Parts: sequence; C-alpha cells; structure tokens
Amino acid sequence: MSKSLKHIFLPAFGGTAAMLALALFVANRDYGQSRIETLEGRVTQVQEQVTAAGDNARAEAQRAAELEAKIAEVQALAEARVAGGANLTAPAPQPANTYGLGRTAHEEEIAAWDVDVLPDGRGLPEGRGDVYWGEEVFAEKCAACHGDFAEGVDNWPVLAGGFDTLGDEDPVKTVGSYWPHLSTAWDYINRSMPFGEAGTLTPDETYAIVAYILYSNDMVDDEFELSHENFAEVEMYNAQGFVIDDRPDLEYSQWRTEPCMANCKPEVEVTMRSVFLVETPPEGGSESIMNQASVDGLPSFSADGPAFVPEPVAQPEPEPASEPEPAEEVDEASLLIERGEKVFKKCAACHAVGEGAKNKSGPQLNAVLDRPIGSVEGFAYSKTFQAALEEGRTWDEASLIAFLADPKGTMKGTKMAFSGLKKEGDQEAIIAYLRTFLDP
Amino acid sequence: MAAGSVAGAAAAADGPDPLITELQDWASYTGAGVDETPYGMPIEYEAHVVRRNVEWLTASPISSINFTPIHALDGTITPQGCAFERHHSGAIDMRKEDWRLMINGLVDRPLVFTYDDIERFPRENHVYFCECAANTGMEWAGAQLNGVQFTHGMIHNMEYTGVPLRTLLMEAGADISADKWVYVEGADASSNGRSIPMEKALDDVLVAFKANGEALRMEHGYPVRLVVPGWEGNMWVKWLRRIEVVDRAVESREETSKYTDVYEDGTARKWTWVMDAKSVITSPSPQMPIKHGPGPLVVSGLAWSGHGQITRVDVSKDGGITWETARLGKQGDSKALTRFYLDMNWDGKPMLLQARAMDETGYVQPTKQQLREQRGENAVYHNNCIQTWYVSAEGVAENVEVS
Repeated sequence: MSKSLKHIFLPAFGGTAAMLALALFVANRDYGQSRIETLEGRVTQVQEQVTAAGDNARAEAQRAAELEAKIAEVQALAEARVAGGANLTAPAPQPANTYGLGRTAHEEEIAAWDVDVLPDGRGLPEGRGDVYWGEEVFAEKCAACHGDFAEGVDNWPVLAGGFDTLGDEDPVKTVGSYWPHLSTAWDYINRSMPFGEAGTLTPDETYAIVAYILYSNDMVDDEFELSHENFAEVEMYNAQGFVIDDRPDLEYSQWRTEPCMANCKPEVEVTMRSVFLVETPPEGGSESIMNQASVDGLPSFSADGPAFVPEPVAQPEPEPASEPEPAEEVDEASLLIERGEKVFKKCAACHAVGEGAKNKSGPQLNAVLDRPIGSVEGFAYSKTFQAALEEGRTWDEASLIAFLADPKGTMKGTKMAFSGLKKEGDQEAIIAYLRTFLDP
Repeated sequence: MAAGSVAGAAAAADGPDPLITELQDWASYTGAGVDETPYGMPIEYEAHVVRRNVEWLTASPISSINFTPIHALDGTITPQGCAFERHHSGAIDMRKEDWRLMINGLVDRPLVFTYDDIERFPRENHVYFCECAANTGMEWAGAQLNGVQFTHGMIHNMEYTGVPLRTLLMEAGADISADKWVYVEGADASSNGRSIPMEKALDDVLVAFKANGEALRMEHGYPVRLVVPGWEGNMWVKWLRRIEVVDRAVESREETSKYTDVYEDGTARKWTWVMDAKSVITSPSPQMPIKHGPGPLVVSGLAWSGHGQITRVDVSKDGGITWETARLGKQGDSKALTRFYLDMNWDGKPMLLQARAMDETGYVQPTKQQLREQRGENAVYHNNCIQTWYVSAEGVAENVEVS
C-alpha cells in the first residue's frame, strides 16, 4: 500500500513543495525516522516559501482526484480481467501416451464389481427360481417394506399393479405398469436389495424374487420359473412407453425468444396459496402445517400495482434463537451410547426411537428393555412374537443380545429381515443406546 | 413491526443507544484464543441456517433428501456443511485408503486406481451447480411448501477440484466412439448406477476429490465423486467406485423407474439429463420477510442454467405484467449459480415478486402454465417454472400461484 501511495503523491507536487509533502508523508507513515531528521532542516528552509493553508487545500483536492483516478484504474483492470484478457488458465493437458498410473484389474476384481445387467440380458449369471419359492423369499426379505403382495407398506414403493394408470392424475408406477426392462429389476434387486442388506442375495434368490414380482403383477402364472435361459422372453408391459428427451424440439424451439417486458398481461390474480406453511424449529427439520388462508381478500394486480392494500393480519413472531447445549462429560458409558447410536443406523430404516417415535416396518423401540415381547400397540407381529407375548416373555438384556446377534435363529419366523449384528460389543452398545429412551 | 423511514436516514432514536454509550463486555474482556477452534462452525446465532428435511416426503430418512438454506445465503458458493444431501442408501463412511476406482468394459487396459493415483493426474478447478432433478417437483400440483429452502433448496454450488473423466478414459485406452456409453456407479449399497453418453463423458465431466478447497464431505461422496456439469444431480455419482465403457445405456433403476417423467397421455420422457435455465428470488421469500418497512430494499436471488452461462435475469413486482432487468452481483461461470439483485425503493404496497432467467442459448425460463401446457401435471422432475412470492404490506412473503 505504501508503495502505491507514493506513486499517487509524488507526481502531484513540484519543487520545494514536493520535499515538504514527502517529509510530511514519510512522517505520517511513521517510518524512516532518521530520514525525517535529515530532511527537517531543509523543510524549515522552504517553509517561508509556502502558505500553509493554500498548500493544504491544494494537496487535499489533488489527493482526492488522484485517488479517484486510481480507483478508476483498478476498476478498469478488474473489468479487463473479467473480459478475458491475459489469462494463463488452461485445461488439464492430455499426453500423447498414458501416465502409466493405476494397475491392471484382476479378473476376480472385475467379476466382483462388474455385475450390471443390460436390457438384452448380458451380465446375468446362470440360475433359476420359481414363483412358489419366490413368494417365500419375498415374504422373508422384502415384505416388511413392500408388503406380502408387493403392494407397498407406508411410503415404501409399490411393486405391483397400477396398469393403465400412467395417464391418470396420480400414476402408479410399478415394475409391471411402468418399468420398460426386466433387467432393471433383476440388476437393482441383486445389487441393492434388501434395503439394509444389499448384496446378500444369491442369483437363484434374485431370480425367484423377480419371478414372484412378475406373478404379483399378473404377468406370469403361478407355475412360472424365471432363469437366465428364458429371461429375454419376458415381455414388459410398458416397453414402448418411453420417448427420448424431446425438449429441444417441443420446448427450446418455442422458448428461445426475446421475452415481453411491459404490459405482458392486463391483470394478474392469485389463484392458489401455499398448501402448507412450513415451520423451521431450532432443533432442526421442519413441520408442515395446513395453510388455512384463502385467496379471498388478496388484491389483483395491474400495471399500476395492487388493486388495494389488505388490512394487516396478525403474524406470529419468528422463532427465538436457540440456546446452545451444555457440553457433556465424556466417559465410558457415553462412549458406549455413542457407539450404539452409530450401530443403530443399521436398524433405523425399519425402527424409530425417541420422542414421538412411531411404528415403521418394525415397531418403535422406546423403553424396549423390560417390556413384554411383541407388545407394541398397532404393530402386526409375526406368529413367533405373538407366541412370546402369550408366554409372558420380556425383553431383558440377555434375550435382546441373543436376538440381535441372530434374529432368525432365536425367533424363528420373525418378519425382521435383518441378518443380525455380527461385531462383538455392538449388541451391548445398541442396548446402552436404547436405554437412553426410557419414556414409552 | 418497526416503522421504516421512506426517505433519508431514520430520525434519531428515543435516546442514546447503550450499545454505543456503555462499555460492552466484548470491548473490555478478551475473546477466544486461536487454539480453541481448530475447525470452525458458524457462530451460534446462525444455528438456524441449516439443512432441513420434510419428513413426509419419503419413507425413510436414509433414502431421502434435505434442502439447502438458500434463503439465508448470499453470493454464489454454497458452504459444504449446509449443502443439500440426497442419498439412496444413506451416506457411507469410507477412508481414502479403502477407496478403489475400477475402469473396465470396452477398454484396452482395465485398471484399478487408488486415491493417491487420482491425485497424480493433472487436475482442474471449476465452479458448478448441482441440482436434483426433483427440485421444485412438489410444486407441479400447485403451490405446496412455504419456503424457498423447500421449493428450490435441492441445489448447491461449489468449486470442485478434480481430474477430467476423459483423462481416465484415455489412460485405460477406452473405446471413445460416439455411440459408446460410460456407466458409473458408487460404492454405497444403492450403487446408484447411471449411463452417460460418451460425448458428455469426454466433454466436461470431472472425477472430483475437493470442494470449496477442502475434502468432500461424507454426505457428498468422500473421498471421490463424479461431477456432471449442468446435468441432473442424480448422475453425480458419490463414492465413485467403477467406470464401465459399454455399447448401450444400462437402463438402470435410476434412469428408467426414476428420473423419468410421465406426461398427460401416459407416455414417459427419458434421458432428460440437462437442467434447464431457472431462477428464484431468495429474499424476500417466506423465510425472509421484509422487516424494515418501506424504503430501500434489496431483492436478491439465484439463477442458473445447465446449458451454459446466465446472460440476464428479469424481475417483476406485479406478477409478470411488467419486468425490469436485474443487476448481476457476480456473473457466474458456465453451469454455475449467478447471483442477481434488484435494488429498489419499496412503497410498502403488496407485490407479486417473480424472477425470470435467460441463458446463453437465448432460452427464457418458462411460466408454470407454459410447462403444464407442454407436460401436464403428472411430472415429478425438471420443474424450472417461474416462482411467485406474494409479499404483503407487512412484508410477509408467501408461495402462491398466479393467473
């Protein structure tokens, strides 16, 4: 900065005035104390030659003009840079040869990861599964979210039905009504389902599940068996239902025009107000609340503005700032709870816990310790859980640890698709975490 | 509500302000030391500026979305910590050391890269927006959610550092003829596979490992994600683990059953990759009411286009009868957010605020009515309609639809 200021100041003065200015300037900048001393004598000599007041006024005016010029110069430079003047930015170079980075992929590695299936069936492994077995596998691994008949539970996807609804107001898009390729279902189920246990299905199980989904869509009969051999023969209902992006023809051609700027329409009315008001509480998330306000009483608009100004409506005050949480002491118990909270992510797809927790595809888990097994109201338990309730069994720590380690082994017939917590200590951690939710 | 002054500075308040006349603690005691906050979070008074979700939108928060608080941000860059998240099987926790990237299929040399390998390829820096194709999707059926965070918050804009995808394709000796496709998938349970046509793969797609100068956040695909500029966010595969060169589109779940749109006659449109030009006023908006009464008012908003640069944004205060061209706070890069402002003197009367973006192809952001005439109301994705806020005389803004 000091350097540029010198450039501004120096040319503005001539002769003895320059020396005076330099002296004052250097003094003001508080450096070169020794230089000030050497110059002091000469300043005294020339002092008589200047009328201090006039000189000050001129210097001020000069300084302002110089600064303005400097600002203009800086701005012009910035604009020139934006306009794309001298610029050394360059894309990453592409060499004639390779960089020789990475290593050759092993056959086994490619086989492990390259499992996608193409619409023509390329990529399918050998295998087979029929509708009967598919129903069993589906009930065990899929029905908790998708329903016994692939009809969908809560907000989870519906997989069956919906034929000829695609032109309706709320189209039901299922594997049967919408999916154009069967390979998509096989590929997705094989690699990403069941939710929370992806990649654990055998090829035969996947064939069987897909066969059952086709059956629940009335696309095959109950004797049907799906295999790599007949896969390509299955015809999808909506195979011809898709067009490739035609926005360029239909929309861009119309909407690449000079837009209207004035008197674009004679009048504008509000035709709909927000369905939901959304509250944003300090603890996070949001609350959607039905908006009771109607469009009546809102003004219409013309080029002259609103037709009238409505009377004010009382508005709730905005939320107050949230108080910070006090820091907690970290001890072993809280570390265990913390670990349990992490482990619980494996369960959270199906189980809720905490204030207001509701049943999802699994029951809510508030105060689960020491509560009777199979006792949460409104949850449709499997037979094995109903039996446990009748026997008067409760969830103590030991039974919960055993169940979490091997759900299907300890509660044969449970609807819980999860295969169990295998890592030592995870069960204890999750129990410590669940113990923090004592209110039912 | 405090009465504003219409012209000139406000008259002196009732008396001297004790915040000025009395010695304040912060002007006397000492503050926090440099050893107290190795990595800083926003000050507690900004704790409300966070991502938020709408619980009823999805079956589970694990396969779900949240929204960037765009109402409270300014400029163009989105801080990573409040940039929206969309996961299909949850955000996964993976170390750099455990990350592998395979490139296989129609290549001369199927290769496996480690994270360290990726950092040895020449890299580039680009600012791009990432918008979920479902952004504003709820609004097809009319004004639904009262807040720009919820109507338009499935978007973020970051400066990425990454290696061009083309570089990796060349390294493996890929067949890059125009009829080939690049299938990309992630390491998470959903894998979220998508097919990208070769022309785009060779153009501007980045294999990115830094955003806004620092490592990607877990929720955005740490350690490596794909950046597909201007195209729908679903294609920006996170935790990228495999790139396969194929001779056709895979037609995965995310490009058939999802991210396709059904029109009025039941036909569906697929491969709708580009995000068309769009803009929205972020303040005033339902979460950002005008608190100061009539007088000087800054109308602030964002505009973007997947086709290139934003060239102009117009703002209307009367629901689209009259338009005036806004000032760009900063001309965004190609396929990046642009900030616009309309500096006005508010007369205190109700307004119907709208913004309308134009991009370098001359495309003008359509009204909701224009979109519905083309597509009906059954679509979910790619709603880039002009948004209207009704602002009352009290300065309260609400999401509305107009004739």
